[in-house]
Amino acid sequence: MAVERTPRADAGSRQDQGDAPRARPPRKSRSWAWVGVAPFFLFALLFLVFPSLSIFVRSFEGPGGTWTFQNILDLFQKSDIRNAYKLSLQISVATALGGALFGFLLAYAVTIGGLPKAVRNFMLTFSGVASNFAGVPLAFAFIATMGNAGLVTRLIESATGIDIHAGGFTIYSFWGLSIVYMYFQFPLMVLIMAPALDGLRREWKEACENLGGSTLDYWRHVALPILAPTLLGTSILLFGNAFGAYATAYAFTGSFLNLVPIVIGAQIQGDVLYNPGLGNAMALGMIVIMSLVMVIYMWSQRRAARWLR
Amino acid sequence: MRRFPVWSWIWFIIGVLYFFIPLIATVEFSLRMIKDTYSFEAYRVAFQDPQFFRSFGYSLLWATLTIVISLLLVVPTAYWVQLRLPKVRPYVEFVTLMPFVVPAVVLTFGLIRLYGRPPLVLTTTPAALIAGYVVLSLPYMYRSVDSGLRAVDIRTLTEAAQSLGASWGTILKDVVFPNLRVALLSGIFLTFAIVMGEFTFAALLQWPAFGPYMEEIGAMRAYTPQAVSVMSFLITWGSIMLIQWLGRGARGAQVQVGGAR
Repeated sequence: MAVERTPRADAGSRQDQGDAPRARPPRKSRSWAWVGVAPFFLFALLFLVFPSLSIFVRSFEGPGGTWTFQNILDLFQKSDIRNAYKLSLQISVATALGGALFGFLLAYAVTIGGLPKAVRNFMLTFSGVASNFAGVPLAFAFIATMGNAGLVTRLIESATGIDIHAGGFTIYSFWGLSIVYMYFQFPLMVLIMAPALDGLRREWKEACENLGGSTLDYWRHVALPILAPTLLGTSILLFGNAFGAYATAYAFTGSFLNLVPIVIGAQIQGDVLYNPGLGNAMALGMIVIMSLVMVIYMWSQRRAARWLR
Repeated sequence: MRRFPVWSWIWFIIGVLYFFIPLIATVEFSLRMIKDTYSFEAYRVAFQDPQFFRSFGYSLLWATLTIVISLLLVVPTAYWVQLRLPKVRPYVEFVTLMPFVVPAVVLTFGLIRLYGRPPLVLTTTPAALIAGYVVLSLPYMYRSVDSGLRAVDIRTLTEAAQSLGASWGTILKDVVFPNLRVALLSGIFLTFAIVMGEFTFAALLQWPAFGPYMEEIGAMRAYTPQAVSVMSFLITWGSIMLIQWLGRGARGAQVQVGGAR
């Protein structure tokens, strides 16, 4: 009997029953089945969709309840808001690229780079932990590392006599915060890249060699094109990861760096923009950017599934 | 004969240094409260503060409520989707990815603006806070429960139980739950780790919790914040190590896409 078997049992299709009679006839009416998922969607509606919609609607609210596009225009025209977005985008791009590059090298090292298996397990376990590690304790950890009396600061000073904080340099800056963000950025890259690198088949490399290709040719024409969607998707995910971070930035720099989440946080605590509509517009801008991130990520996931599974 | 992978070792060592230096520095810093000697003084001071226990207790309460509500929402939904409504799966998955699209700070903003005034005022009760935490936990909880359900072919098991005459209560208690134990524990511990250290929701909705407490003492004192951080590490790391240990038989690394913090 030729029975087509899909590798994953498709939840939607009937299972193959052979010659066995059905235990009981299928129920006719299924119209009440949706009730089972109603609480979930009701919750999502109340606490995800409605708040987002309210942000959307109120972005177009001017003083005195009038309708206006001015708040959206202000996002691009007001220099302090434009700068907040610019800084947020810069730090997200910098840590996404840095995290992606370093994470890729690490993933390469522990998968096909020739390191012992124990090293690989260690790295993956640690990446799993570190990628979930963010917020206030992470900020404090880096203050204890490279702050004024931090371990690394003191070690550098005792080794070379140079105080890295002399001469106006501060870690509570763009680069300091980037180093902190990298702590949860590159482990996520390792976690996603390691299985992708494992998915590269040996036959592909052998085929390339048989056709006279060098290692460089293999990477340029075979491996990297196959990995490209995963690389792009993960980088964009890292971007979103940094873009939405609030607790880490707040605990590390206070409101010293004007990142978009910090400004929104300040707007919640008191109307610092002196315009509630503008605060909503800023939040809307974040949702729009994060939606784009998600769309590109999902598209790249679909592309990646062509070759790697 | 393969040559020694020099570069692989170099990347690995840099990675390990990046992982460990901040942790070692934090522990070292927390021991330096008394000048010129290492001591546990900072920990003693931390434990003397009644606020420490109060905020920790509140976080435990929030974590418990979040876990219960998240389980009640996710488990029946994931089960029902797997069993009866496979067509709804993409929509459920979309909802579980929403916390990434709407970051915590934006969601808090929306919740305060929407539920901070009549007709429905929730910000004076912990409802908005717990709702935020549940949203935050959705991706993790749903992924672990869903992959748990897929791994054991829960459909066949349910049909087998039904043909033996089991009631829905019996099926859930004796068939579904025991098979999902590892998946549920993973979701529970991850949610626990996230809520215990969470800062954004609690600080902005102004409820006492461990995250805002840490931030507060960080602004006031030296050394004790690091001591408290070390304790917070241990909670996070302990929970996640436990999850990885629980899930050790499972195929493939599970990558969780959650909301940014």
